[in-house]
Amino acid sequence: MPKVNFDKYETTGFYDEMFESDKSVRPQFNLLKKRLEKMDWKKLNFLQHSTDRAQLSLGMTFNVYSDNQGIERILHLDILPRIISSSEWDYLEKGLTQRIYALNLFIDDIYNDQKVFKDKIIPKELILSSATFLKQCEGLKPPEKVWAHITGSDLIRNSDDQFYVLEDNLRTPSGVSYMLENREILKRTFPELFEKLHVRPVYNYTHNLRDMLESLTKVTPASIAVLTPGIYNSAYFEHAYLAQQMGAELVEGRDLVVKDDFVYMVTTSGLQRVDVIYRRVDDDFIDPLIFRKDSMLGTPGLFNAYKKGNVVLVNAPGTGVADDKAVYAYIPRIIKYYLGEDALIPNVQTYICDEEKDLKYVLENIHELVVKQTDASGGYGMLIGPKSTKEEQEEFKLKIVNNPRNYIAQPTINLSRVPTLTDGEIEGRHVDLRPYILYGKDIKIIPGALTRVALKKGSLVVNSSQGGGSKDTWVLDN
Amino acid sequence: MLSRVADAIYWMNRYIERAENYARFMDVNFNLSLELSSGISEQWRPLVVTTGDWALYESLYGKEKKDKIIYFLAFDPENPNSIYNSITRSRENARAIRPELTKEVWEQINYLYYLVKDGLEKKRWKKNDPRNYFTEIKKGCQLVYGITDATISRNDGWHFGKIGQLIERADKTSRVLDVKYHMLLPTPEEVGSPFDIIQWASLLKSVSAYDMYRKKNGKLTPIGISEFLILDKIFPRSILKCLTQTEQSLHIISGRTEGYSNNAEKQLGILKSQLEYVDIQDIFEMGLHEYLDNFQKKLNETSTAIFETFFSMENIINRN
Repeated sequence: MPKVNFDKYETTGFYDEMFESDKSVRPQFNLLKKRLEKMDWKKLNFLQHSTDRAQLSLGMTFNVYSDNQGIERILHLDILPRIISSSEWDYLEKGLTQRIYALNLFIDDIYNDQKVFKDKIIPKELILSSATFLKQCEGLKPPEKVWAHITGSDLIRNSDDQFYVLEDNLRTPSGVSYMLENREILKRTFPELFEKLHVRPVYNYTHNLRDMLESLTKVTPASIAVLTPGIYNSAYFEHAYLAQQMGAELVEGRDLVVKDDFVYMVTTSGLQRVDVIYRRVDDDFIDPLIFRKDSMLGTPGLFNAYKKGNVVLVNAPGTGVADDKAVYAYIPRIIKYYLGEDALIPNVQTYICDEEKDLKYVLENIHELVVKQTDASGGYGMLIGPKSTKEEQEEFKLKIVNNPRNYIAQPTINLSRVPTLTDGEIEGRHVDLRPYILYGKDIKIIPGALTRVALKKGSLVVNSSQGGGSKDTWVLDN
Repeated sequence: MLSRVADAIYWMNRYIERAENYARFMDVNFNLSLELSSGISEQWRPLVVTTGDWALYESLYGKEKKDKIIYFLAFDPENPNSIYNSITRSRENARAIRPELTKEVWEQINYLYYLVKDGLEKKRWKKNDPRNYFTEIKKGCQLVYGITDATISRNDGWHFGKIGQLIERADKTSRVLDVKYHMLLPTPEEVGSPFDIIQWASLLKSVSAYDMYRKKNGKLTPIGISEFLILDKIFPRSILKCLTQTEQSLHIISGRTEGYSNNAEKQLGILKSQLEYVDIQDIFEMGLHEYLDNFQKKLNETSTAIFETFFSMENIINRN
């Protein structure tokens, strides 16, 4: 049986995380390469196969929205890890910390003093016209003035070797359970590498999460709940996993009742107060009295209890406004405005269709651009210019002209690639990087991330709903 | 604990117990069918009658047919109580309360789910001898009991799970005993015949009671077996023992040591004391079938009382 080798592996045209363009291996991947080359292909494929089985047995499954209820899939975990050197990580950590500080100051400002409008940093209409701006949150002062406690920024690396922030995900980012469980599985796959490589551990995440949630209330012991839309939600595994790992109650909207502006769980021995809710239900659905009337997922009265300070919601409602893809274009200026610093991690060049000059450019160059709907996520509602047909482009142009506020465009970015096991061979596949940031009293970033990988050859869409998989991400100690 | 969660734990355990019982019934009946002398036909219909789903079976498949009945009880997605559906629903409940379970319990229930899903996909009922499959399911369920016992704290969740399991077990034991009523002997002279004995023995095996019964009574007699399965104080599958244990769990949940503080305790207490103050002669005078029928009705009422006391959110919100 032949041993694994990288003879046919292609590195041209993209930044490859493992190899330099002359195919010499980057230092952080050295040991992995040696380990793989000692293994035969059959063994490597067997390890991959055991991983699929381990995921099923752990119940790491999700339902895809378009599927019938009850159809469960696993998020494919590719066993070849993505490895980040300690200096790369230090840079990312500083950059993300800066960004999250600034974004929280920004959100607090738009719901309170609105200095950012008065100083003409960002047009007021752009914010007020955002579907994610919640008028009901005006004047709210969450504990420590922190609004986005849990963030999962999407980063990418372009062919110029530079990391960029692609999206901020300030609402209810998911995937952290995969970061944690992928690690557990990979420790079984490559134990000898963990012994030698000094991979920084990620297991502290749920401890940090609990500490952060507790820090938001004065009540001790705090009663903490994770609010889930229920078992048919595609991230249900994660909700259950986090509740369990933190020792918090996993509740659905119907388990909660609000009396005299306090929130209670309905238990077998009566009503029990809740102090902090890590809610994984979107803003629109948390309280049918205030937001969507038809919501079955929320609890009537929850928002008022929150407003009175009787319960803490994490993340705070209204954070989505800074997540709007049109607002995104202003973030470097926002960082400068609040912190007086230049953004450490740059943004991807963004054309705002609501601005005349940009609109013209987008319409003329749509075949080269990625067009995104400003209030959508999960890889839905987007056009990838170079991969689209003429008809699709015309269709999008029409949509943009009819509602320019709803669209932005970005140049197509050549996401970096990582060696990935596909059909028994190793080929480069495009990846992004989603680290998880916690912000209570201060900002904490676990040295690790979810690396999402586009499994289809040449594809740039890494979303799990669109055929993406994941990789364990190793951050090395010095 | 959350009412919804208590409810889900209760059902998660009931469904596992149901699946295990079904697997055992089928295994035993299959065995029995191999030992019949000529002139006596196999009896599969009583099995379906016991589960209370004969009408559904008839509407789907018409006449009594061995392979159809095995499919119906074990695999059929159309039968809400089939092993396939019981396990699937148990896992559905387990998923909803995942944080209450240990990793080990969850993985075992998840394993069972993939076992029955695979069985359905691979059409295991078409195999000549499905007994290995039923044994696998039975052992898989027993492993859930064992792992639960060994890894879960005796908190309210554990007790609600236990209550679900015991109520299901009491129900199944009473139904198995009742099956003898539906089993047809060719002629009245056959009572006490080798065939009659074989049926009683298999009945004991259906509820894993054969060995313990033999130890206590030796001789197989209808009255001895009925007494053992209804009134024995220490056999873990006798109806009385199931109720005694259920009462203990209810008391631990409410914090009482005797009497009652809610309607669930009250209903269960009444039912249990009725069993404590009856003897097997009384039961036979009343008629075994009538007695068991009446018992099942009361057991259902008790389980409704448990629902209203602990699981119904509407009731709880109104009380507070």
